[in-house]
Amino acid sequence: MQALGLDVLFKGSNFLRLLEGLWKALGISLIAVALSIVLGILFGIVMTVRNPVVKAVCRVYLEIVRIMPQMVLLFLVFFGTTRVFGWNLNAEAASVIVFTFWGTAEMGDLVRGAVTGVPKHQYESAFALGMTKAQAYLTVIIPLAIRQLIPQSMNLITRMIKTTSLVMMIGVVEVLKVSQQIIEANRMSSPNAVFGLYLTVFILYFVACWPFSLLAKRLERKWSN
Amino acid sequence: MADALLKIEHLRKSYDGNVVLKNINLKVNKGEVIVIIGPSGCGKSTLLRCINGLEPIQGGTIKLDKEIIDSTSKSITKLRQRIGMVFQSYDLFPHKTVLQNIILAPTLVQKRDKKEVIAEAEQLLDRVGLLDKKDSYPRQLSGGQKQRVAIVRALCMHPEVMLFDEVTAALDPEMVREVLDTMLELARQGSTMLIVTHEMAFAQAVSDRVIFLDNGDIVEEGTPDEFFNHPKTERAQKFLHTFEFEHIK
Repeated sequence: MQALGLDVLFKGSNFLRLLEGLWKALGISLIAVALSIVLGILFGIVMTVRNPVVKAVCRVYLEIVRIMPQMVLLFLVFFGTTRVFGWNLNAEAASVIVFTFWGTAEMGDLVRGAVTGVPKHQYESAFALGMTKAQAYLTVIIPLAIRQLIPQSMNLITRMIKTTSLVMMIGVVEVLKVSQQIIEANRMSSPNAVFGLYLTVFILYFVACWPFSLLAKRLERKWSN
Repeated sequence: MADALLKIEHLRKSYDGNVVLKNINLKVNKGEVIVIIGPSGCGKSTLLRCINGLEPIQGGTIKLDKEIIDSTSKSITKLRQRIGMVFQSYDLFPHKTVLQNIILAPTLVQKRDKKEVIAEAEQLLDRVGLLDKKDSYPRQLSGGQKQRVAIVRALCMHPEVMLFDEVTAALDPEMVREVLDTMLELARQGSTMLIVTHEMAFAQAVSDRVIFLDNGDIVEEGTPDEFFNHPKTERAQKFLHTFEFEHIK
C-alpha cells in the first residue's frame, strides 16, 4: 500500500474529497451535455437548411470549435471575457459555457449527419404508403435517425467527461485538482502518493465513462442492420 | 368501354431542362396488367414515380378515376393510399418487424382497426409463404423475402393500382423467381398492375399489354404476342435483339 502510495487515500477524508471532485467534474460535464443535446438538436436541424448563408455560418462555428483547443477557449472565456466585458463569471459557469459551446457544435453535426443519413428511399416508401410528412418523420425518419445518433453521442459524452480535467486550469477544484492538493499535502510523509492518487483518478474517470461506452456498444449491436 | 381507371394525358417530365418524358398518353383499365419495358434511362421508373406523385410533372395530367394526381397538392396522400408501390431498393423500415412494417400505414394512415389489419396481414403473409417470419426484422430476411413483404405491405392498403419498379433488379438470380411468382399470382386475381421489368419471359407471361418506352416516348404498344414475336418498330426489334445470343457452336 505504502510503496504504491495508496495509503494516503484513506487518511482523513481524502477519498471522500476525491469523490467530491469527481462529482464536480461530472456535474459540469453533465449539465453541459444536457444543454448540448437540446441546443445541438436545434443546431443540427438548422444545419440541414439549404440557405447558403445559414450553411456558411454553421460551418464556421463548427470549424472554430474543431480547431480551437478547449483550454484556449476556457482561458478566453474565463480570463478574457470577464476582463473585457467586466462581468462576473465563476469558473464553473465558464466551464459549462465552454463545454456547451463545444458540445452543441459537435452534437449538431451528429444530428445533421443522422437526419441526412436516413436513405432517401425510406422517405419515399413512407410517402408511397400515403403517409403525411409528419407521420413519416414521427414513425420512420426520426426513429431511424435516433438509432444512428445515440451510439455516436455516447462517444461525445465520454469525451466531454474526460476533458473536464482541463477545467482545473481555470481554478475549478475538480477531481484532478483535489488529487494534486492531497499529493502536495503529503509530499514529505508519503512521496509515492503521486502514483496512488493519479492511479485512483484514472480509475475514477474510467468508472465514470465506462457505462456510456458499454451502452453505446450495446445499442449499436442491437440496432445494427 | 368503361372509363379507364388510370388515365395519363400528354405527360411531360423534365429535370432541370432535361426532358425525361416527352408526351406520354396511356390508359389503364381495371384489372389490366401492363408491362413497361425499354432501355435503361428511358424514363420507365420516372413514369411510375410520376403516377405515385413522387415527382412533380411539367405538363399534362395523370388521373386516377376522376381525380388528378398532383404531387404538390394536399390530397396527394389520399391518392397515394389508393396506389401501391414497390421499389427496387429494399425499402422495408429496418427498425420494425415484418408485421409492424405491414400494419403501420393501414392503422396510422387509414385508421383501420388494428386487430382486423393484423388478421389480414397474417393471411397475406401466409399466401406468400412468410407467415413464420412475421416477427423477424428486415435484416434477418433474404432479398427475395424482403420484396415479398414489401408487396404484402403495399397490398394491405387495398390499393386500386399496384406499381412495381424493377422489383427484382437488385436480387440474386435464385431469388427472382419467388418474387415474380407472387406477382403472377396477383395478376391472376385480377389486380391492376403497372410493372417495370427487365425480365422478358416474365413480361411476356404476365402482361395483357406491353409498352415499349424509349427516349421518353412510347415507341410501341401491343399485346405481348404482337410485341415479342412481331415487333413493328425498328427500335423495339433492336432492343429485343439484345436479349438474344448467337450460337457459337
